[in-house]
Amino acid sequence: MYLALFFLFAAFAIAGAVNLLVQSHPINSALSLIVVMTSLAILYLLLGAEFLAAAQVIVYSGAVMVLFTFVIMLLNAGREEHTLGSRAARAIGFPAVVVILGVLASVVLRARGLTANGIQQGVTTTEELSRVLFRELLLPFEVTSVLILIAILGAVALARRGSGESEAGQ
Amino acid sequence: MTLLEFILWSIVKVAVVTVLLLVAVAYTVLLERKLVGRIQNRWGPSRVGPFGLLQPLVDGAKSFLKEDLIPTGVYKPLYLLAPIIALSSALISIGVIPFGAPGFGPKGFDLFQVSNVNIGLLVILGVTSIGVYGVALAGWSSNNKYSLLGSLRSSAQLISYELALGLSLVGVVLLAGSFNLRAIVEQQATHGIASWNIFGGFQFLAFFIYLMAAFAETNRSPFDLPEAESELTGGYHTEYSSMKFAMFFMAEYANMINVGCVATLLFFGGWTSPFGSHFDHFQNNFLNAVLPLFWFAFKVFLFLCLYVWVRGTLPRFRYDQLMNFGWRVLLPLAILNIVGTSLWLAYR
Repeated sequence: MYLALFFLFAAFAIAGAVNLLVQSHPINSALSLIVVMTSLAILYLLLGAEFLAAAQVIVYSGAVMVLFTFVIMLLNAGREEHTLGSRAARAIGFPAVVVILGVLASVVLRARGLTANGIQQGVTTTEELSRVLFRELLLPFEVTSVLILIAILGAVALARRGSGESEAGQ
Repeated sequence: MTLLEFILWSIVKVAVVTVLLLVAVAYTVLLERKLVGRIQNRWGPSRVGPFGLLQPLVDGAKSFLKEDLIPTGVYKPLYLLAPIIALSSALISIGVIPFGAPGFGPKGFDLFQVSNVNIGLLVILGVTSIGVYGVALAGWSSNNKYSLLGSLRSSAQLISYELALGLSLVGVVLLAGSFNLRAIVEQQATHGIASWNIFGGFQFLAFFIYLMAAFAETNRSPFDLPEAESELTGGYHTEYSSMKFAMFFMAEYANMINVGCVATLLFFGGWTSPFGSHFDHFQNNFLNAVLPLFWFAFKVFLFLCLYVWVRGTLPRFRYDQLMNFGWRVLLPLAILNIVGTSLWLAYR
C-alpha cells in the first residue's frame, strides 16, 4: 500500500521535474514545480514526517510558488523558444549528469542496512520534532533564524537604496 | 474493522459530507441574499417556493443551462484548470473538520469527522494556500487586463494576510499543545463558555486578527478588492460563464463555511455546548450524538450571519490601506499575541 503510494508520487515528482524542463512557457514550468513540491510533501508524509510535509506544502507549494507565479504574471513573461543548447552544455552537462547519477546509484547500492523506513516505523509527531529542535538543537536553530534575519535585512537595505537613488534621480 | 470496510465507510462519509457542504453552500447564498435584502430594506428572493427557499435550486439550474463560453483569447489549459483548483481546494479542507463528539459509530471509526489527523490545522492552512492558484491562474489565463489586475491583487492580498492568519492561530496551538483539531476542542470543553479560547484562553485579540485575515483570505468585503465590481467589472472571474463561474462562486461560499468551522473549532469550543458540564449527559444516546452537531452548526451559522452583516455594512478598503493594515497592524499584533500567550503559559 505504502510502496504503491511511494511509486505513484515518485513518478509524479519525476514527471513534474521533466515537464518543468520541457515546457516553453514559464507559468507551465512554475506549475510543474508545484506538482514536484507537493509530491515531495506526500513522500515526506509516507516517511512519517507529518510536520515537514505540511510545512513543505504551506511554505513551498503555497507561499514561495505563489510568489513565483506572481512575478511571472506581473512581468507577463511570454513563451520562450527552444534552442538546441550550447555546445559546452552538451559537452559537460550530459557527462556530468551521468557521473552524478552513477555516484548516487553506487552509494545507494552499496549502503548496508538500508531498509524500508516508512510510516510503519511510526509517525514523528510535531511534539517530538519540536522537542529535538528546541532542546537538543536550540543553538543551531537560533543561529539559523539569525541568518534568515540578516538575509531579510539585506533585502530591505538593497530595496531601500534602489528607491532612494530613483528619488534622487527625479 | 477490515480495510475494505474502512474504505467503504470512508467513501460513504466523504459523499455525505460533500453533499451536505454543497447544500450548505447553496443555502448560504440564499441566506446572504435574504439578509442583505433585509439590511437594505427589501425582501430578497421570495418568489420561488415558500419564503424563496427553492431559489438555490433554480439558480443552480440556471448556471447549468447557460451557454458555456470560452473566449478565443484565453490560455485554455489553465483557463479550464483554474475553477477546478479553486473549488476542489475549497472542498478538501472540510475533510479534517470534526463536526460532533467522538465515540459514535462503529468501533475504531469516527462518525463525525472524515479523517482525524494529527496536523489537522496545518492541513487546512496548506490547502488554503493552494487555493490561491485558482484565483491567480484564472485571472492570468483569461488574458484580460481586469482579470489580471484582480488576480494580482488577490495573490498579493493572500500572501500578506496568510502570515497574519497563521500567526494568529499560534496562540491557540500553544494553549492546546497540539495541531489536532479534536485535541484543541477538547482542551476548551471543560467549563463551557468560560473555557472557550476566546474568553477563558484570552485569545480575544487572536480571534479578531484571525477573523480579519480570514475575511481577506476568502475575498469577502471589506477586502473584496480582487473582484471589486466598480473598478474591475468582475475581477478574476470576468471571463468565466455558466458552471465555471458557478464553481468560483461555490468555492467562495465553501471557503466562508470553512472559515466559520475553523473559527468555531479554535475559538468557540467546537461542538461543545456553551453550558459545559452544568448539564449532565443525557441518558438518550441519540441526543448525545445530535446535540453537539446542533451546537456546531449553530455556531457556524452565526459566523455566516456575521459575514453577511459585515458585507451589508462596511465599505471596501482602498488597496494601500489593505496592505498597510495587513503588514503594519495585524502582523505586529499577532506577534504580540504569541509573545503574550507564551509568557502567560510560562509564568501562570
